[in-house]
Amino acid sequence: MWRIVKLTLQYRWHFGIAALFAAVTSVISLFVPKLLGEGVDEALTLIEGGTASRGDVESLLLGTGLTVILFSALRGTTGFAQMFLGETLSQRVSNELRMLYFDKLQVLSFSFHDKVHTGQLMSRGLSDIEGVRGFVQSGLVQIVRVVIVIVAAGVFMAMIDLQLALLSLSFVPFMVYRSARLRLQLRTTWRKIQDALGELTTTMQENLAGVRVVRAFSAQKYEEAKFDVTAREVVDLRMSAARTHAYGGAAISFAFLVAWAVVLWVAGEKVIDGELTIGQLTQFFFYLALLRFPVRMIVMIINSTARASSAGGRVFEVLDIPSEIDNNAAAQPLDVTEGTVRFDNVSFSYGDAPALRNISFEARKDHTIGIVGAPGSGKSSITNLIPRFYDPTIGTVSIDGTDLRDATVLSVRQAIGLVEQDPFLFDGSIKDNIRYGDVDASDEKVVAAATIAQIHDFIESLPDKYETELGERGVGLSGGQRQRVAIARTLLTNSPILVLDDSTSSVDAGTDARIRLALKELTMGQTTIIIAHRLDSLRHADEIIVLDNGEIIERGNHDDLLVLNGHYKNLWDIQRGRGVEEGD
Amino acid sequence: MSTTSNNFSSKQDPKGPKRKRPANAEEEHAKLNESDEEMFAQLDSTVFKRFFYYASPYKKAMLVATLAVIGFTLANLAVPLLVKFGIDNAIRQDDSSLLAIIAISLVGVAGLYWFTNFLQNVLITRVALTVLYDIRGDMFLQLQRLAMSFSDKTPIGALMARMFGDVGALQEMLESSIDIIGDFLTLFGIVVILLVLDVQLALVTLALVPLLFLIRIVWQPFARRAFLRMRRNSSVVGVYLDQNVSGIRVVQALNRQEENHGIMGGKVKTFFWSSIRASRLGGVLMPTVELMTGTALALVLVVGGGRVLSESIEIGTMVAFLLYVQRFFEPIRTLTMHYALLQRAVASGHRIFELLDIPLTVNDKPDAKPIGDIEGRVEFNNVTFGYDPERPILKNISFVAEPGQTVALVGPTGSGKTSITALAHRFYDVQEGSITIDGQDIRDVTQMSIGGVMGMVLQEPFLFSKTVLENVSYNTHNATREDVVAACKIIGAHDFVMQLENGYDSTLEQRGTNLSVGQRQLLSFARALVADPKILVLDEATANIDSYTERIIQDALKKLLEGRTALVIAHRLSTIRNSNKIIVVREGEIVESGTHDELVDSTGLYSQLWQTNYTSFDDIAKNADDISDVPKGST
Repeated sequence: MWRIVKLTLQYRWHFGIAALFAAVTSVISLFVPKLLGEGVDEALTLIEGGTASRGDVESLLLGTGLTVILFSALRGTTGFAQMFLGETLSQRVSNELRMLYFDKLQVLSFSFHDKVHTGQLMSRGLSDIEGVRGFVQSGLVQIVRVVIVIVAAGVFMAMIDLQLALLSLSFVPFMVYRSARLRLQLRTTWRKIQDALGELTTTMQENLAGVRVVRAFSAQKYEEAKFDVTAREVVDLRMSAARTHAYGGAAISFAFLVAWAVVLWVAGEKVIDGELTIGQLTQFFFYLALLRFPVRMIVMIINSTARASSAGGRVFEVLDIPSEIDNNAAAQPLDVTEGTVRFDNVSFSYGDAPALRNISFEARKDHTIGIVGAPGSGKSSITNLIPRFYDPTIGTVSIDGTDLRDATVLSVRQAIGLVEQDPFLFDGSIKDNIRYGDVDASDEKVVAAATIAQIHDFIESLPDKYETELGERGVGLSGGQRQRVAIARTLLTNSPILVLDDSTSSVDAGTDARIRLALKELTMGQTTIIIAHRLDSLRHADEIIVLDNGEIIERGNHDDLLVLNGHYKNLWDIQRGRGVEEGD
Repeated sequence: MSTTSNNFSSKQDPKGPKRKRPANAEEEHAKLNESDEEMFAQLDSTVFKRFFYYASPYKKAMLVATLAVIGFTLANLAVPLLVKFGIDNAIRQDDSSLLAIIAISLVGVAGLYWFTNFLQNVLITRVALTVLYDIRGDMFLQLQRLAMSFSDKTPIGALMARMFGDVGALQEMLESSIDIIGDFLTLFGIVVILLVLDVQLALVTLALVPLLFLIRIVWQPFARRAFLRMRRNSSVVGVYLDQNVSGIRVVQALNRQEENHGIMGGKVKTFFWSSIRASRLGGVLMPTVELMTGTALALVLVVGGGRVLSESIEIGTMVAFLLYVQRFFEPIRTLTMHYALLQRAVASGHRIFELLDIPLTVNDKPDAKPIGDIEGRVEFNNVTFGYDPERPILKNISFVAEPGQTVALVGPTGSGKTSITALAHRFYDVQEGSITIDGQDIRDVTQMSIGGVMGMVLQEPFLFSKTVLENVSYNTHNATREDVVAACKIIGAHDFVMQLENGYDSTLEQRGTNLSVGQRQLLSFARALVADPKILVLDEATANIDSYTERIIQDALKKLLEGRTALVIAHRLSTIRNSNKIIVVREGEIVESGTHDELVDSTGLYSQLWQTNYTSFDDIAKNADDISDVPKGST
């Protein structure tokens, strides 16, 4: 909660002026009842005294009337300024929060993104930040106004009659008490609602993403039931929030109206006793009428505060996660001379499960290292360690002798071009996707990269060629085409170290071979690490590493490994389509 | 996000579903994205009718809520009247006892106010939430039914936004609808009371109202446009955020953080300025209304004061007038606010109902029966099918899979294999010919019952973020833990499952990312085994699976296929060789069929392949992928 306030107070001046306008508006609005009451009073004395002429009274009323108009116009203007400033302030704060959140998500490590569901991150980034905005707008600025209206009305009323003023404000302590309770109750409920909504989002998202499984198992009923349970829960929670809210709000209004009754009674007696004039009584009622505003507002403020403190909590939770991969203080930009990647006795685990054990190898310039292994044997862990998406648990990964932990993250990633098996393409044109890593790349470079990746001809066959839009409103690409666009995207960055993580798995063998050939010409001076299950892709590697269960069990070039007659040979046979018979 | 939705058909048959189906989907999509402005042009009654349809089961609650609103409004309006009465009849007549009575009745009014206020809010929230719950449920159902064709094109993020954002907008509107009714009643009540109290003064005061309406008419279009622009810009920010979360690996690998920060900053800034413009336009009404109120007060003071002087009205009446005038303009202002809300809700309602109204292409016949116990004979009779009927993907496909037989479908990328399997499961309906199971046309039986007898293993195994146990026993409600373990042992998944932290109770991460693709594949085999269907449709995932576990998979497959009729999209010669029948498909037609030995002896495509000793059948058409994916005529 305080962090939102602190964030808001960064815009000290903005907030100050907004609050000032709120104060001015409140005070001006209090003058209107005073004028009206005095108007009534003076008219009455004149009538009753019978001394003044009708004309005098009328001109007096006219004067008061004009002043009322003037004050109303003034109040409207300052009120507008206050509202406008409040809203812009809330936008500034929420936008700042939005950017902070965005930046944080961009730097958070993969282990975070693996664990936290996209739906959860989205609901925080959209509705929770919106909740915070609502609070700054209708909470922070308005609370200033509520307090000032109450205090100033109290002062004005006390100037007329202290006893009556106290009676008029008798509902305030009750209101404060109820609001505090309401805030507490609502806060817990809002948190629950937000969590339940997050869960609903997740259910929904998985259901849509896995729609084919759902269909294949005729599990629609089951999924519906699952969705229903969560949706019901959301309804129930919201209902209980609404009940608390409505009850609290109604109770405050009740107390307020009772204050009216008390004032009417006591003040009425005073008028009868001649201690108070009718005009003063009228004034009191006008002040009370004005207090309707804070009474109405306070419930809204409480609600938005409660929502914001839980929503803000959810946003700050993400902002406060320390990124596991961070530059250490003495980090220097990496200076790539040779492009030698070295694993020295590297062990690594995700959480408790060990993924790699004692891995050592070296990949040099102009060389290609191939990595094969069973699913879960640790191949992808190796590719995750090279661009420092994770840090090794034991041992070091180094490039040209520099431990990656001593280099800046940026410089390491710049040195490495990584293509993944299931690449993500962004909404936008093909061209923008290819030059994602180098926005200023010339068209020639884009075409060259696409040509090597064997996707140029396909792109040219599209009606809009390189300007073809991908994604929501655009063309859907097949898995193989996406992989090839991703290869082009990485090639464009021209990194000295190239890591291909099963990046041609969906490309047919012929095209794969042509990509490999084109790469071979291009990769003069580059270090290449290829992970593949199709052994054909690795045949020409200088060294092939066979992984099993996180350990290296065989290594050597293709011919060596065949001679060894071990795992690799076995695998090779299977892939040639003859292994099964022999195995049977 | 679009990655998942693309995968099913992408490997084998990218062009079919992707290129042609959109003839429909794209249209639907275009409709859904129709500009909001156009929708506003016609605040058409259909949306409201639909609301009432959904609200009709809750008539009683709504009736009570309306009564509560009326009570609430009366209580609200009674206060100034009581004050007037107190001043004129008690205070000015020095009648203390009457004053006490009036004060006590004011407390009574306060009680009424409390009760009705609470009641109306709770009731209307309940109705709003339940109606929205119903609508959301219907959307979920509809999306499930549509998702096959629809979500290939529309990213899940957009669908979700519709489901949450639009439904949220409706909810807000419904909840504030009670305030809208209350405001109208208050306006109406005030006008009546003022006229009753003093016609002349009332007419003078109300003379200002038309002026206010005039101002609103001029203001409305500007505000609406600004408001819409703000909303659009806000959704642009949301979409960009979504893209970055989904593509985070690429962002980090290519060091785009700085660049993206700038882009996001730009989008946020655009949003900021449009929201400022909108709030300026929204706020400008405020001084106007204030000025009106002030003028009205002044009028009451001057004109009313004059009438008090001439003793046409009592002083209390004038006070009541002043109090009412203050209340009068308040609803007018909030009505403005609510109007914006209403517009938004109508746009949202449009989008929601449009989604709900998309006709389903595959429906149960009214007299459809469950398929019953079957032997498992699957027959395609002269089947012709295209996602776009103009461009058939399959032409005159006929074949039979006898009970217990394994039929391998082979052919180059894009030949139509995936479409054959999709048709067998009736994801789509054929245009010509028929598909029968044990002689029953699958269009004559319920879709649910087909799911009961036919299992499916997809090339891209999808796992839910639940435990291994829940994933393997997915939708097989009577499966015990022992069944799951037994199936995993048969399949060869038991060992790696036991290595997970909590064994079978380990929760899988989003889409099973804590497992390798091969492991996921094995779990999906186990899932099919537990479901134990008579007929199995299997898309062999060799393209994605690691050859290393090839043997485990091969063994598992053999066990899985035992005693079942199977349609297998096969890539590996070993799988193909072991099948009872091989059907070679090319460009949507069957070019050869027979056993391995028969086909090898012939001189067809199959034997050529066999000679060349390729590892995979996908290799035959090197460029099939390229040529066929051109989205002709789309853009």
